[in-house]
Amino acid sequence: MATVSLRKLTKRYGNIGIVHGIDLDIADREFIALVGPSGCGKSTTLRMIAGLEEISAGSIEIGGRVVNDLPPRSRNISMVFQSYALYPHMTVRENLGFSLKIAGAAKEDMDRRVAEASAILGLDTMLDRRPSQLSGGQRQRVAMGRAIVRDPDVFLFDEPLSNLDAKLRTQMRTEIKKLHAKVQSTVIYVTHDQVEAMTLADRIVIMRDGHIEQVGAPDEVFRRPATRFVAGFIGSPPMNLHEATIDDGQMVFASGEKLPLPGQFKSDVATGDKVVFGLRPDDIYPTGHGISSGGAGDVHQIELPITVTEPLGNETLVFVEFNGTDWVSRMLNPRPLRSGERVAMSLDMSQAHLFAADTGKTLRS
Amino acid sequence: MDENSSARLKRRLLGIVYRIGLFLAMLTICLPGLWIVLSSLRPTVEIMAKPPVWIPQEISLDAYVAMFSGIGKGGIPVIEYFRNSLIISVTSTIIAVAIGMAGGYAFARYRFRGKSSVFLGLMLTRTVPGIALSLPLFFLYVRLGIIDTHFGLILAYVALNVPFTIWLIDGFFRQVPKDLAEAAQIDGCTRWQAFWQVEFPLAGPGIASAAIFAFLTCWNEFALASQLTRSVSAKTLPVGLLDYTAEFTIDWRGMCALAVVMIIPALTLTYIVQKHLVGGLTSGAVKG
Repeated sequence: MATVSLRKLTKRYGNIGIVHGIDLDIADREFIALVGPSGCGKSTTLRMIAGLEEISAGSIEIGGRVVNDLPPRSRNISMVFQSYALYPHMTVRENLGFSLKIAGAAKEDMDRRVAEASAILGLDTMLDRRPSQLSGGQRQRVAMGRAIVRDPDVFLFDEPLSNLDAKLRTQMRTEIKKLHAKVQSTVIYVTHDQVEAMTLADRIVIMRDGHIEQVGAPDEVFRRPATRFVAGFIGSPPMNLHEATIDDGQMVFASGEKLPLPGQFKSDVATGDKVVFGLRPDDIYPTGHGISSGGAGDVHQIELPITVTEPLGNETLVFVEFNGTDWVSRMLNPRPLRSGERVAMSLDMSQAHLFAADTGKTLRS
Repeated sequence: MDENSSARLKRRLLGIVYRIGLFLAMLTICLPGLWIVLSSLRPTVEIMAKPPVWIPQEISLDAYVAMFSGIGKGGIPVIEYFRNSLIISVTSTIIAVAIGMAGGYAFARYRFRGKSSVFLGLMLTRTVPGIALSLPLFFLYVRLGIIDTHFGLILAYVALNVPFTIWLIDGFFRQVPKDLAEAAQIDGCTRWQAFWQVEFPLAGPGIASAAIFAFLTCWNEFALASQLTRSVSAKTLPVGLLDYTAEFTIDWRGMCALAVVMIIPALTLTYIVQKHLVGGLTSGAVKG
């Protein structure tokens, strides 16, 4: 059993608050991703859970046990560092077995567990090498192996893939997912890469300025972002977000251009309200080239000029001008388009989001 | 001649010039040492000859034989001096390195009030020439009754070396990524274990070089030692050199022979340790 609970967890350096009393409950065997821009407090939170950083207030429970003041070694956790933090003066075998050696494990037990971990990660052939003789991906694996060998209650990952190149990163991402399926431990994974968070996690915790903005399954934070920040952070390319004023069932943008108010928000806003209108690139597309082609009712048709196109093979990102700025749209089954060409665009208003301009909170009730 | 062959020729010529330059530089550096070794083997007449005799005519080990022949036969208590030097240098080096490790680690890893001023203060002590302190130190030691003792000189040398070892070892601990000690703590180490298992081995080469420097400083120091020691039971080798000066004569050959005896252990030690001064030991710890 290894649940993790954070209660009003706070970190301050002098007068500067880094983490402002966050609450979070993590279930046993759950894969949680802490995601947010740099400086949002996610790494500090992880380090507090690891015991590498003292907490200023609040409490941390691991497996129902309060661990606030316990040193890292008494928390039964493992951590994979962004820098891998392999011991350069030890071989891979010694790196993997280091924690067992410190714990005073028997030689046979140590050999067996190192063999198990290296088999899982495919490190068998390089056990006698030193970290300096390994490639980035191999080092990453050794770092994970070192974490597995301990058989911890909780795995902590601190941006483990950010030092790898794009291709290797995708590969290691899959390996981490497989690993979690195999070892069945609770995982807390810190990343600034929302794609990693989306693909790996059971639940995502989006943090900003030391606060939690939203906690939810990947699908939930993508489809029902609680705040304007989450809407802009999750999803690639990011959601189109533009301020507007409500005027008699219509949204009036800064340029004076108008769009009809999405039907689902009719009862949530009144004339004069300042809102932020959000529409994902998937929900705005050249007519006939979208995901929800046909079907759902609330589709608004409008003709817009194209500024730039970015072909990606099976789809093209089309930038169209509206309200004086570029709106990005995703065009499936693309046909060639020219800059400056005016095309008929479909805006799936049933998928639109509205946020309060002042608080940034969703207006969805 | 085409462009390529002239470029090749130029490169070769530069290579030759470079080697000649290096040879001259090395010669300049090595010549005094060589001259001392040579002088220890030649009669004083030849050493003092004007114009100088470059190629030795007469070579003998007389000076070395005489050195060990005991008082009255031109000998000096070289074994005692050697023992004093060894005890004083080794002890003060061990203490200076131990303090240097503790201090260097603290400066490299912890944040505390007045850190930079303390560090600057330590460095400023290096600006005071040791000889300027010899007279006050002499009076102080006389009052304390530690004049002409091993302990007194060890104390002075520790004070002399500690700022330097702290400064050097601080730099080496800074190069050991913080993550490693943290990883070790998560792997089950206490702070203390993390230091000895991970950070100490990685900073090892740096600590070894600090130790060499500290040892050589003590081994070769003359000014303070000549003021603070008097008797055979406390005098170090450099002070022992003065035994070769009489009222009207200086036995240059004997002095050079003793200098060689002094140089050999220092050279041997440096040679042994330099193999362990391999840089880049931490490569592979973190990304790359």
